[in-house]
Parts: sequence; structure tokens; C-alpha cells
Amino acid sequence: MTAALLRASGVYGGYGGADILNGVDLAVNGDEIVVIIGPNGAGKSTAMKAVFGLVRIREGAVAWDGRDITNLSPDRVARLGLAYVPQERNVFPNLTVHENLEMGAYIRSGDISEQLARVYEVFPPLRDKRRQAAGLLSGGQRQMVAMGRAMMLDPRLLLLDEPTAGLAPAFVEQIFERIVEINRAGIAILMVEQNARHALALADRGYVLVNGQNSFTDTGPNLLANREVAEAFLGG
Amino acid sequence: MLEFVNFYLIPGIVLGSIYALGAIGVSLIFGILRFAHFAHGDMMTLGAYVALPLVVGLGFTVYAALPVAMAGVVLMAILIDRLFYRPLRDRPTIIVLVASFGVALMLRAAIQFAWGPHSHVYEKGFRKPIVVEGLRIAERHIWIVLLSVALVVALHLFLTRTKTGKAMRALSDDPDLARITGINTERIVAWTWVLGGGLAGAAGVFLGMDTQITTLIGWNMLLPVFAAAILGGIGKPYGAIAGGLVIGIAEELSAYPWIGTTPLLDPTYKSAVAFAIMVAMLLWRPSGLFKGRVY
Amino acid sequence: MADLATFLAYPVSLLTIGGIYAVMCLGLNVQWGFTGLFNAGIAGFFAVGAYTSAILTTPAHPDYLGGFALPVPVGLVAAMLTSGVVAVFIGWLTLTLRSDYLAIATIGIAEILRLIVKNEDWLTNGPRGIPGIPRPFEGLSPFQNNLAFLLLVLAIVAVIYVAMQRGLNSPWGRVMRAIRENELSARAAGKNIMARRLEAFVLGSMIMGLGGALMAHSIRFIGPEATEPLLVTFLVWVMLIAGGSGNNRGAILGPMLIWAIWSLTELVTRQLPSDWALRSAYIRVFLIGLALQIILQRFSRGILAERPPEPVPLDDADREGPGKGGSVG
Repeated sequence: MTAALLRASGVYGGYGGADILNGVDLAVNGDEIVVIIGPNGAGKSTAMKAVFGLVRIREGAVAWDGRDITNLSPDRVARLGLAYVPQERNVFPNLTVHENLEMGAYIRSGDISEQLARVYEVFPPLRDKRRQAAGLLSGGQRQMVAMGRAMMLDPRLLLLDEPTAGLAPAFVEQIFERIVEINRAGIAILMVEQNARHALALADRGYVLVNGQNSFTDTGPNLLANREVAEAFLGG
Repeated sequence: MLEFVNFYLIPGIVLGSIYALGAIGVSLIFGILRFAHFAHGDMMTLGAYVALPLVVGLGFTVYAALPVAMAGVVLMAILIDRLFYRPLRDRPTIIVLVASFGVALMLRAAIQFAWGPHSHVYEKGFRKPIVVEGLRIAERHIWIVLLSVALVVALHLFLTRTKTGKAMRALSDDPDLARITGINTERIVAWTWVLGGGLAGAAGVFLGMDTQITTLIGWNMLLPVFAAAILGGIGKPYGAIAGGLVIGIAEELSAYPWIGTTPLLDPTYKSAVAFAIMVAMLLWRPSGLFKGRVY
Repeated sequence: MADLATFLAYPVSLLTIGGIYAVMCLGLNVQWGFTGLFNAGIAGFFAVGAYTSAILTTPAHPDYLGGFALPVPVGLVAAMLTSGVVAVFIGWLTLTLRSDYLAIATIGIAEILRLIVKNEDWLTNGPRGIPGIPRPFEGLSPFQNNLAFLLLVLAIVAVIYVAMQRGLNSPWGRVMRAIRENELSARAAGKNIMARRLEAFVLGSMIMGLGGALMAHSIRFIGPEATEPLLVTFLVWVMLIAGGSGNNRGAILGPMLIWAIWSLTELVTRQLPSDWALRSAYIRVFLIGLALQIILQRFSRGILAERPPEPVPLDDADREGPGKGGSVG
């Protein structure tokens, strides 16, 4: 394999005493959509948090663009071009949509009108709501704000933790479309998804995690076609 | 009716403005650092005493001494945070509350040591109030209210127009997300003390203008200020403004002879009014009037 | 014998007052040390206890309520009951909320009680206070009486200590600590947290009320100055934290030690010219406050650390102070 943009190798770690990750390997290339699926408690979200410095890595390494970023603090990771969108509590509810986006660019100085314009272009509904408190938006719109906030730093890789969880079907479709659009603009995507079928259909590659370990790794279409994966993780 | 306005309503608004300034600080600090700041009252006392030598000794007007007093309290607040609160950041927040309780006494002892136990006034003598159509307003009362409004407007602009102000609201909203976003928590904490300390300093000076300056004026404010913060929804600076006004006006109106000719409530029990309102609020709606959070 | 009495008078009074503070520290230990409840109004419960017992045991007086002239033990029990009633009210109001609310509410009730004490002359004789509060063993000579009173105080400390140790190691004590350490898992385990916390708060406050009553009988007088938040609330806090909160022996050692330092430094500063005596009193308060900060930051376990009766998880090493964790996250 060529040098990946992001590579996690043999990562062990978790919260407090017990490990949740038991030697996870992940790689994302510069233009890919990569999806992590697996049963509940498999360590999918934890793996993503470990990459972003939110979970302590006990053993193993994370490399970004050839540079070691293992256990780097989240604000330092954010400065390198990775952006993370948590599954829950991913907007500042009492700040307006516009202010949420501004906070996304907190660590950068100077003009941010270009970034704002691009976010409003990708998520048109946000433009009309930009003076509203983010906490008053619908779930789908909140997810747009969260993704928009992450895009304000011009990241090269977007980490999305279950971006469609709890959304109405119409919104699920919309969010997936947006994700593909963002990826076409040259931003790599690593996401954890419960809507496994749907996510794998648009993924370049997928990882199946079980008990904090890699179980299957293949292209999206191949995983969808794999009977073992389909029976165990895609609901038959 | 005029008597009601002159002797109850106007003093209530003045007192309420002072409470509001204190309660905003308590609410901001709670929003960012998640503990009830028990030394806030004594920071107000410090503000009153910093202005004292400038006014009495150097002949400054109180208004000229005000910014100096605010700056003095800001510096002290940041110093106190560095020395006594920051080392406890990773500990349960109730430990920081205990520390602030100790800071309250240290501050008071230091003030008593420097200025002695006697009471002081900024200005001796009596100034004739302005009388318009039977409405009597002391000039200092007008200034206290106007300056309080100006400070609140400035605070509002800071919180809604500046990047630091927005980051402060963001941190108060969700500390984890703020961290992911790269917001520097310690920088925002320092700004919280700038705002909270500055407003406490101003409140102390205003209180000193309105009454006598003693080493206990701030401590006695603590209960109404906390009550105001809870009433407005703790962690919500805008709610604290309303809470302060409600408590201040309620305290003054409680002494009005609503029934018969004697005060409804003996004025010595003013602070019981604040407590009663707080108790009612905790029972009825602990999140405060404006849907603050219950922590 | 007279010489011995003179020689011993000071240590006896030192130990007596230290012992009374130990009673209050044991009360605070139930609340803070075992259960993590922050009580900032110790002075209020102290005042309720002190005045209850004073009013019930003194002879009649035209200016204020009294004339019951009941025996001292009745006064002590009544003091515990009235403090308990106040605690039920405050606890019921705030114990479901975050501990900061309890702190604010306790400081509020203490302030109001102080106002009542100061202003309701018919009840408390106002600023003049209630003099002539009787002690038990009045038939003895002054020195013997002091000694007997000291023994009474120490006996009460011992009884509370034994009861607390039993309580701490009983299922009740384990539930309390479970609540303090991790409210969520205790709640998940089906423990009725609100009721347990209320029990701890009321029990602790009753013990504080007893402490107040003992103090009134000890100095035979109670006035509003004695309920000043500094002297009571703050000293008791520093004493417990210095001794080691959560540890009952620490809750006895801490007050003895701090009270000795407090009184002995007063003995020294009293020799100074009056202007300096006053100023040095402020320095003393300042230093006590500073001592609290240093203990909190550097020696957060106190002199006698809490000894957990059962093995603790590994990550306990970095969790130092007691108390319910705030919503830092």
C-alpha cells in the first residue's frame, strides 16, 4: 500500500483501566471515503476518538501524512487538518448557526468569509437559519451545522461519528449526499455508520471491527457482496 | 404613589442593578468553571475599598476611581485564580468551592488588616436629590443605574460581537466540544475573571456610593447575588440581570406598608426576602426563570 | 491542689473547647466526609442548638423567652431535634440538586438564623445574648466542675466516634460512600439516594446542634457573635479538612490541633499593643485561610487519610478529595 494520509497501526487503548481497542489498524488515503462498521461496543467510535486524541492510546501508533500524532491533544490535531464531528452534542446549542461556524474557525485568524460561503453552498438550509440558535434546529440541520463547523478549518480529513444516527429517512439521504459532495471537493472522509448498507454503497473502503479488532477489510462493494459480512453485520 | 416610587421603587432598582452586576459574574463563573464562587461578595468589598483611598485621600471623584477599582479587582481575581483555583482544576468542582470559601475569608482579613474595622464613606454630608414633579432621585442613584446599564451593554457586545466572547459562550455551552474545536480553555477562564471581577468591582463601588463601606458589605451581598443568579438560571448571564432586578426590587418593596401603616416586613429581614424567593424558585423551577440548566 | 488547678485550668478549657469542635467535625464528617454534602451553614445549626438548649435550661427572665429551667440533658436532646428539623427542611429543598445549591441554601439559612438571633429580642435577648446558662454537675467546685464537663464532652465525642465507626463500616456507610464516589452507579444499583443523603445531612446537622448546645453550656453564655460564620463554619471546615475528611479519627485530631494553634496564637497576640492585637487577629484569619488552600492543594487527604474498608479500584490513586464530582465534562 502507498503512504496513506492517515494510518493507525496496532492501536490499543480505552477509557480508564480496560482497553476497548485491541490492536486496531486503519488507513485513509487522500481522496477516499472510508467507513467503519461493526456491532455495538466493537470500538468503532473509540477508534475514531483515539485518532483525534480524545482516547488515550496505550500501545500502537497513529501517523498523519507521515508524521507521528499518537496521543497528540485534540486542539493540536485539529491544527494539522483533521476535523472531528462527534455523534451527540456536536453543536453549541445556545450559539447561532453562524456563531457555531465561526467557532469552527476559532484557531485560525483572518478572514473566514470564503469558508462560510462554501459551507452555506454545501448546506443551503443553513443560510436561512444562520441567526437561529443551533439548539432549536431539527436533528438533520444540527448535523449540517456540525459538519459545517468541522469544514471551517479546510480539513483534509473529516471524521464523522454516526452522522445519520437518529435522523428521519429523508435527512439520512440528504446527509449522505452532502458527504459525497464534500468528498468530491477533495476532503477525505472516515466515518462510523449504523446505516451500514447505505454507507458501504458509497464507500471506497470499509472496515468491520469486532471486539476492538479488525475483522474484515475490503472495498465497499466487496464487503457488501461478502456473504459472511452480510449475514453478521448487515442484517442478512 | 410618589412616596412608593421615591422611597421603595427607585431604591429597589438601584439595589437591583448592583445585585445584577454581581450575579452576572457568579453566573459567568459558574458557566465556565462550574462552581459557585463564594468569594464573589468579598471581591465586591475589595472594589469598594480600592476606590476608597483614591476618593478620600487623593480627591478623585468616585466615577474616576471606578475604573481603577474595577482593574484592581480584575488583577486580584486573576491572581486568586492562578494561586488557588487553577491548581484544583482537575479535582471535583466542589473542592474549588471550598477553596473559594477560604479565599473569601482571606480577602476579608486582608482588607480588614489594610483598612481597619471601621466603616467609611466616599463622600460626607448630604446632597440634595433632584426633584421633578415630586419625583425625588438622588444624583448618585441615576449614575449607578446608568453606569450599570452601560456595563451590561458593554458585556452584551463583548459576548455577542467578539471572538473571545463567543468562545466564552461556547465553552459554557459544551466544554468537550469547545476542546475539540481548539478553544483554549485557560485563556477563556482568564477572560471570565476579567468580566466577573470587573463587574464585582463596579458593584462594590456602587454599593459603597449607596451606603456605608464596611468590610462586610460584600459578604452580605452574597446571598441576594446567589439568589439572583439562581432566579435567572445559573450559568445564564442575561437571566442574572433580571434575577438581580427582581431580588433588589422585591427586597425594597417588602418594607412598603402594603397592609396598614407599618412595613410589611421589618427591613432588617431584607435578606430573608432573597432567600424566600430562592427557596420558592428551587421548589418551583430550579432551572430558573429563563430555562437555565440544572446542574 | 489549688496550684494544680491553676496549672491545669488552661489545658482543661483548651481540651473542652477542642472536644466540642470535634463533635461538630464529626457531624460535618457525616455530611462531607462520608456523603460529599457541602454545608456552608454550620454556624446556623450551631446557633439553633445553642439557643435551643440555652432557652430551655435557663431560669425565667423578663426580657426573653425562657424560664423552663429544664435539666441540661433535656436541652441537649432538644438542641439535636431542632437542628434536625431545620436540616430536614433545607435538605428536602436542595438535596436533589447539584451540591452547589446545597451550599448556597445552607449559607442562606445560616444568615437568616443569624438575623433572627440578632433581632428577635423576645426570643434570644438580641445582641445582649443569654447569660447564666447552667452546666451539669453544678454542685462541684469550679475546677472539679470544669474537669467533669471536660469528661462529659470527651465521653460524648467517644460515643459519637464509636457510633460513626460502626455506621461507616455498616451497609449504610458503604451505600453512603458509593453515593459519594459515583452517584450514577449507586442510582443504577437501586439505592434510594435522596433518602440516604437526607439521612446523612440531618444526622450531621443534629450532631452540629449538639455541639452548639455544648458550647453554650461550656461558656455559660450565648450571643450573636458566637454564631459568626468565621468562628464556627470556617474553623470547623479547616479542622475537618486538616484532620482528614472521611476519617473519624482525623475528625477528632484535626479540631484538637487547629484549636490548640488557634488559641495559643491568640495567647501570643493578646500580649501585643491593642492596635497590633487587632491587626494580628486579621493575620491569623488570613493564615488559617492560607493553610486551608495549602492543605487542599498539597495534602488533600489531611493528616489522617480516609482508610477505605474495602479494596479500591486502581484508578483511585488520582482521585483525592471527597465529594461528588461536578459536571466537568
